[in-house]
Amino acid sequence: MDLSFTPEQEAFRREVREFLKTEVPPHIKAKAEVDGHFEMDEVMDWHKVLYRKGWVAPHWPKELGGPGWDAAQRFLFGEELEKSGTPLLSPFGLSMVGPLIIQFGNDAQKQRFLPKILSGEEKWCQGYSEPDAGSDLASLRTTAVDDGNGNFVVNGQKTWTTYAQYADWIFCLVRTDSSAKKQAGISFLLIDMKTPGVRAVPMLTTGHTPAFCDTWFENAVVPKENVVGPVNGGWGMAKALLGHERTMIGAVGQSTRALLRVKRIASHTILNGKPLLEDGSFRTKIARLEIKLEALRVQNYRALAGAQLGHAPGPESSILKIRGSEIQQQCLELAMEVMGQNSLAWFNETDIVPAGEQWVASSFNYLRATTIYGGSNEIQRNVIAKMILGLPG
Amino acid sequence: MDFELNDDQKLLKDSAAQFTKSSPVTRFRKLRSHGGGHGGEVVSHDRCWEPSVWKQMADLGWLGLFYPESVGGLGLSFFDMTLVLEELGKTLVPEPILASVVLAGGAVLKGASVEQQKKILGPMIEGKTSLALAWAEKDGRYDAGHVSTTAKKEGGTWLLSGEKVWALNGHAAETLIVSARTEAGISLFSVPSNAKGVAIESAKTMDGQRAARVRLSNVVLGSEDLLGTEGTGLPAIEHALDLAAAGACAEGHGIASTVLWMTVNYLQVRKQFNVAIGSFQALQHRAVDMFVETELLKSTAMLAGMKADDSDVNERRRAVSIAKAQLAAGGKRVVESAIQLHGGIGITDEHDVGLYFKRMSVLNALFGDEEHHLSRYASLPGFEGA
Ligand SMILES: Cc1cc2nc3c(=O)[nH]c(=O)nc-3n(C[C@H](O)[C@H](O)[C@H](O)COP(=O)(O)OP(=O)(O)OC[C@H]3O[C@@H](n4cnc5c(N)ncnc54)[C@H](O)[C@@H]3O)c2cc1C
Repeated sequence: MDLSFTPEQEAFRREVREFLKTEVPPHIKAKAEVDGHFEMDEVMDWHKVLYRKGWVAPHWPKELGGPGWDAAQRFLFGEELEKSGTPLLSPFGLSMVGPLIIQFGNDAQKQRFLPKILSGEEKWCQGYSEPDAGSDLASLRTTAVDDGNGNFVVNGQKTWTTYAQYADWIFCLVRTDSSAKKQAGISFLLIDMKTPGVRAVPMLTTGHTPAFCDTWFENAVVPKENVVGPVNGGWGMAKALLGHERTMIGAVGQSTRALLRVKRIASHTILNGKPLLEDGSFRTKIARLEIKLEALRVQNYRALAGAQLGHAPGPESSILKIRGSEIQQQCLELAMEVMGQNSLAWFNETDIVPAGEQWVASSFNYLRATTIYGGSNEIQRNVIAKMILGLPG
Repeated sequence: MDFELNDDQKLLKDSAAQFTKSSPVTRFRKLRSHGGGHGGEVVSHDRCWEPSVWKQMADLGWLGLFYPESVGGLGLSFFDMTLVLEELGKTLVPEPILASVVLAGGAVLKGASVEQQKKILGPMIEGKTSLALAWAEKDGRYDAGHVSTTAKKEGGTWLLSGEKVWALNGHAAETLIVSARTEAGISLFSVPSNAKGVAIESAKTMDGQRAARVRLSNVVLGSEDLLGTEGTGLPAIEHALDLAAAGACAEGHGIASTVLWMTVNYLQVRKQFNVAIGSFQALQHRAVDMFVETELLKSTAMLAGMKADDSDVNERRRAVSIAKAQLAAGGKRVVESAIQLHGGIGITDEHDVGLYFKRMSVLNALFGDEEHHLSRYASLPGFEGA
């Protein structure tokens, strides 16, 4: 039993902090300080800074551009990044399709795709969900039909495709064998967004950001060499991807930062003549949430220690997802509560609230998604019930 | 005990329900303040409601519904007013009955002389004007007694200076009812929004409506613009805030019942894993919890509606704080469950459930939030149980 990090790990943490202190570009730092909202070009600016440092893909093997860190270093790095308020990097290339290509792709695919994911030259999005295939993903209907000339012809609709409007490539689950049962006929296909017949139409979220799209495929011709792994073997790979390191899914770092923001707002919000942060009942509320978060942090460390020992993350990671996503929402709810009537402000067009508060209402609305995406919390509970508790169903 | 509506009340509720057919959510969408978030077109309706519809409401008698006949109202009870608010909440009707008739009008009703009431409320009852109550100040949170706006007497005139925040309907109102500190304490003034020295900044609110920051610099008013007696403004505002809080509970109940049935319907039509998702017990139970909260919202909104105009201040406060705290907890639970059970589509601006979520969240932040009502409740006589 040991709760501490080693001196080496602590030294590593200091190195990361020092880097974050000195190397964050001023325009990003300025926004981070007021908890601003980052546009895609700012996210990519930051991506490139980390790329130049060699830190953009902590979980990639060293020979493919990773920094060669162990699980603890990766976790420490992630935690410090999230706390810094710098933009969250787009996960679709670095954390999703990249690792999948590393594990299942052929050499040509590795050479073609990995360097540009790493450098940020090509941006990716994820085309899994469809209008009628959400939680029941395996019922997806987008088809890819072999044209006999070395191509698949893709038809169908993907939906909720996050930031597809900015993406150069989309990785999709498509049905390549309609006669097979559900999971069996699905392939993992990489599609260039510039392919004729591919169209991404942005939709507004409740936070009023154009954060996701409907993505349409009309007779889009895609070379067969863009299938990763065996044809009709996509489902297993997508599942395997979920088995990758999942210690970040609790968003502990983000919530740590969100709580700091709550405290900052509470320190300049006045109740009965003194800062709300000094009010007993609000302090209790903040403490209650912080303790929930600290409990999750320890839980996360346990998962991390398991990963250090090389254990594959099991269904326990659903614990992190369930509690972590709830805490993310509760941080924003508390921020709104602390703001009182200022929580009415919608994008602050008249500077009516301090700059650091102007995105709170938008995030409060958008973050209702954390319990829906990435496997809804109901589905996560089903997983625990079945896989851990052994209940029938 | 009688919780049944009488025939007149049923008619009133029906006519409000009928009215919402002419003002479906699509109408609200067209009028709402929009934009921000760098998403799509920025449509920003500057008023967010329509004077022609306001006039229709006047013709229905709603703009003076609970005002005494002596000032031109219908002389019905405040509870009757809440029946209308509940129905209008169901389709997010944007006309400012809550802000103008209940809150600002309520302050006039409780704080002004009968002559003044006729003068200020009369044109509104006819649908020609609307009002706004400018009571809140920066750093005052929900304390109506936190007033640093001043009114100085100079000869036969008053000079008002100060800054008010989040005046609902302040962007559209012809007349502002403003609280200011005078030698005798907190007093209410009637201020024409176009008076010299009044600067109104309209701000979008989360629910697609608007409110205003009002800056007053040496606004000159006549002695007749002081409402009622000098120094008696605070109880009038507090009463008006309680009326508005009770109104918000009624509207919140309208919203909750709407999203409850919207969600139940979705559970029946949405299929995943080859079955309606409503067949999953996890979701059934969550829908049942929504139903239970909605029923409690109904009970407590009725309580507040019946007591908000009570002459016994403590009875009034008790009832309103119970209802408003229930709205904060139960109302929130209902709208967030509604989004959860809709899945991804619940996060789109296109789907109505998010609009109701926003309005409910705004109602919870207005007229005293949960914390305010819990602590007020706990400070009422008898709480200690002695
Ligand atoms: C902001 C956001 C971004 C997203 N980004 C992407 C993306 O980039 N790429 C992508 O492919 N997808 C994306 N998604 C889609 C996301 O993965 C789906 O929304 C999610 O899988 C749920 O599917 P659904 O929306 O169809 O809801 P449904 O599956 O229809 O679920 C509706 C409700 O039913 C519940 N439910 C369903 N099945 C069960 C069950 N068996 N037991 C109990 N409850 C059940 C759900 O939990 C939910 O509450 C995104 C979603 C959001 C909200």
